[in-house]
Amino acid sequence: MVQPSLDPTSTDSRSVDTLPLLEFDQVGLEYPFEGSMRRIIQEVNLSIKPGEFVSFVGPSGCGKTSILRMVSGLNPAPIGEIRYRGQRIRKPLNNVGIAFQNPVLLPWRNTLNNVMLPLEIVPPYKKDFGQKKAEYIRMAQDLLSTVRLQDFQKQYPWQLSGGMRQRASLCRALIHQPEILLLDEPFGALDAFTREEMWTMLQALWMRVKCVGILITHDLREAVFLSDRVYVMSPRPSTIIYEEVINLPRPRNLEMELSDEFNHYFSNIRRHIHHN
Amino acid sequence: MSSFNLEKFLKTKAAGFVLPFIATILLFVIWELAVIILKIPPFNLPAPSSIASAMVNFAPQLLANSLRTLWTTMLGFILAVGVGVILGFLIGYSKLVYLTLYPLLVAFNTIPKAALVPLLAIWFGANAVPAVITAFLLAFFPIAVNVALGLDTVEPEMKDVLRSLGASQVETFQKVGWPHTLPYIFASLKIAASFAFIGAVISESVASNAGLGYLIVQATADFNVPLAFAALILLAVMGVILYSFFVYVEKKVIYWAR
Repeated sequence: MVQPSLDPTSTDSRSVDTLPLLEFDQVGLEYPFEGSMRRIIQEVNLSIKPGEFVSFVGPSGCGKTSILRMVSGLNPAPIGEIRYRGQRIRKPLNNVGIAFQNPVLLPWRNTLNNVMLPLEIVPPYKKDFGQKKAEYIRMAQDLLSTVRLQDFQKQYPWQLSGGMRQRASLCRALIHQPEILLLDEPFGALDAFTREEMWTMLQALWMRVKCVGILITHDLREAVFLSDRVYVMSPRPSTIIYEEVINLPRPRNLEMELSDEFNHYFSNIRRHIHHN
Repeated sequence: MSSFNLEKFLKTKAAGFVLPFIATILLFVIWELAVIILKIPPFNLPAPSSIASAMVNFAPQLLANSLRTLWTTMLGFILAVGVGVILGFLIGYSKLVYLTLYPLLVAFNTIPKAALVPLLAIWFGANAVPAVITAFLLAFFPIAVNVALGLDTVEPEMKDVLRSLGASQVETFQKVGWPHTLPYIFASLKIAASFAFIGAVISESVASNAGLGYLIVQATADFNVPLAFAALILLAVMGVILYSFFVYVEKKVIYWAR
């Protein structure tokens, strides 16, 4: 389990522990296509330390989502290895939180119960669910108030807007204090203004847990705003062609987004995006 | 006197009851007048008034046969739900079962069940058994298909969320598969209940010793057409009540499906 959160007003985004949590070792992905093997991803090598937030950006179809699925253990890496604390990831770890572009809240549960779902599945929370239910409810309510959904805890998904559902989905991804948060274009379906609001909320949520964050996004500004490092991927067969380290202090705000430094990072990254 | 706003009335809940009710009354009135004015013989088309008196005169027989149709329908329906749900889950979860059984089921389903009743009567006699079986045979397939369809439509990302947390197949079924399929099951229940009802009546009209279908056949053989019509109207009423009951249950249980 994760260390207690660091002081959220601290401007140092690096964690104390410097051993990598995740290592990518010559990771690749290919599938058969018209008789031969088509390589989607090749020779991805990198490491992520605890508490780091990284983004992967690049043109569509370059396999960014596949990377996420490999880290989650849903589709383990067929070529090369992704290691979690030195152990190869072969199946889902239960200390991962994941949020997709589609919030996929369970429509038969209200917001509160949706957020509490991981606590019913992940040991050790699962075992104590009966006794500690009140505590778990408080945990969920706590997260919901961080994203200003505390008044909607009894509502059902159809009664919430897209942005609200996504906020609930993010709470669900973090309630079990995961060590890794995986985000697959979580704000892709939202309008630009809602998206900016969501960055701030995601940052607030993440800073409470300070786990590793891996974000897949098309939005370069989003990547710069949220990340410690941004990796640019090439078109297929994808590999990492550029890495930008973001040295902006946390917590970041929308004012920083308008600064020259921010734009400098944005331009550097943009220059390295090639299309198919 | 305040003016009546049709548009506003159409949006009220009462409109759903009042309008068909008025239409039914009008239908009977026109029917009665047509029989009188056009001098239609009663063994062709009885007037609603003679149907009503047949209902009163033959009330015990109508009641007894209605109950027979009702319980054979319900028994066949309950069996169909049990078999249909299990079969649907097997088809939905196992590719082997799907590929092997589904085409056979479709082929079987296209056989008009009325054609099977004489055979069932030879095997089990002209009694309640063929009625229950026919009701079952008509009703189980829509349930099985809907359950299989329900399982097929679970969003993969929903399952991924649970899988990524380390949930087992059973847990995923409990928390996602089953609740997701419930609306599909309930949607099929009202259809299946109607089909079971039709199956029971068909069977009764071909080979039975009781039931409203049997009564209609007997009554027309005796040229007692008003009684036959009385039975028909009772069938219609029963059918509507049955269907409405399942619509009500569906609304209560599946509160999240719109």
